[in-house]
Amino acid sequence: MTMTAAAEQAVGTKDAIVLVGTTKGLFTLRSGDGRERFELTGPTFAGEEVYATCIDARSGATRLFTGSISNHWGPVLRRSDDLGATWTEDEQAALRFPEDAGASLARIWQLAAGPADEPDVMYAGVEPAALFRSDDGGRSFSLVDGLWDHPHRTQWQPGGGGLCLHTVLVHPDDPDRLLIAISAAGVYRSDDGGSSWRASNRGIVVGFLPEGEDLEFGQCVHKVARDAGDPERLYLQHHGGIYRSDDGGGAWTAMTGIAGMDFGFPVVAHPSRPSTAYLLPLESDEYRCTPDGQCIVWRTTDAGETWEPLTTGLPQRDAHVTVLRDGFTTDGQDPAGLYVGTRTGEVYASTDDGDSWRLLAEHLPPVMSVRAAPIAV
Amino acid sequence: MNVRIRVPTQLRELVAGAAVVEVAVGGGGDGRATVATVLDRLAAQHPALERRIRDEQGRTRAHVNLFVGSDNVRDRDGPATPIVAGEELSIIPAVSGG
Repeated sequence: MTMTAAAEQAVGTKDAIVLVGTTKGLFTLRSGDGRERFELTGPTFAGEEVYATCIDARSGATRLFTGSISNHWGPVLRRSDDLGATWTEDEQAALRFPEDAGASLARIWQLAAGPADEPDVMYAGVEPAALFRSDDGGRSFSLVDGLWDHPHRTQWQPGGGGLCLHTVLVHPDDPDRLLIAISAAGVYRSDDGGSSWRASNRGIVVGFLPEGEDLEFGQCVHKVARDAGDPERLYLQHHGGIYRSDDGGGAWTAMTGIAGMDFGFPVVAHPSRPSTAYLLPLESDEYRCTPDGQCIVWRTTDAGETWEPLTTGLPQRDAHVTVLRDGFTTDGQDPAGLYVGTRTGEVYASTDDGDSWRLLAEHLPPVMSVRAAPIAV
Repeated sequence: MNVRIRVPTQLRELVAGAAVVEVAVGGGGDGRATVATVLDRLAAQHPALERRIRDEQGRTRAHVNLFVGSDNVRDRDGPATPIVAGEELSIIPAVSGG
């Protein structure tokens, strides 16, 4: 068999699995020839809204997780140990509020792997805004009381999607250093494994509140990503504004390199190249679609000082699309596979760090989450 | 007494395909079982089914209807609606969604 140019270029990279969570179930894209072609399967859990998925290979075997919700039957966490061929749900709910919390799980927003050398540790971010931790590979989770009992919690206000904890970042050098983000409460950090938390939003201007210049919390942080080279460097997409921190979230500085574009949902860091990150800005918080009908991914390779538009293969006419906070991800490889899912049901991919893109799927239900990872050939 | 619970098609995979499951309940203080006591028993026998019907706080999910015989329990006493021997509890999804 003759290898195509793309396949030759991809030698050394592994095939990828892409979990596409939609409002009507889970779809899976899987490549078989070095990320050149992908096969789509699904829907699994047809009719359920899949806001969170996780692909976890820390233990050596790949585990998949989904957090979904049925409009009728409520939220459910499922796990697959065979790349999605079969899924299991634990008899006792893995993820539920304890009785004395006085709350019920409304939606699972984030499923995040814990430290690399602790493969049984996972985190879940949920609505109402709360963090859960698992120490048994996702079979059971416990509420992180330190955040739930935070005195700010009763003052947190929901964003448009609900009062959700949607981002969990574990520091790669210190598993006790956790960063979470909540819409619309902002960033909170813990240095003691979650026992105590402090708001960490200094410098993030809240344009939608009259006193928004110097608020301790109340920011509508949409997503945070950590730089591949410097773990203290973070990129943040706010409801209005893009920010960078060079001290692990202690202070945030506005990045202004994309003229006039400050609204958007996702931010993605390159998985291995320092100072490299991606944004997909949208036009204003009134419209929330790609501006001028052009779908553009922006890339920085200098930690946000400058940004370049990436358009090759992305629609540049009449493309009024929306990409939500977890609709943009990377598969962790180098060159990076990048995957974008839209609310209009398209999935675009790049396997060359964003230089060029192609359509992997269309006519899917609205995409709420995309996660990707390499798989063994 | 044993109470028969009718399971909608969408949830039968949680109970090995059964259209009906039975739970054994004792009478309450007044000698009668209620919807709540039946669901408490269901939680012990089939927890994955029960949590489709009630959340962690014991509230019936908004788009789930429970019928005792032909009566929607929301039109009677809700979870306190009594169930007597021979009556069935039916789980019926609301016609809702998008």
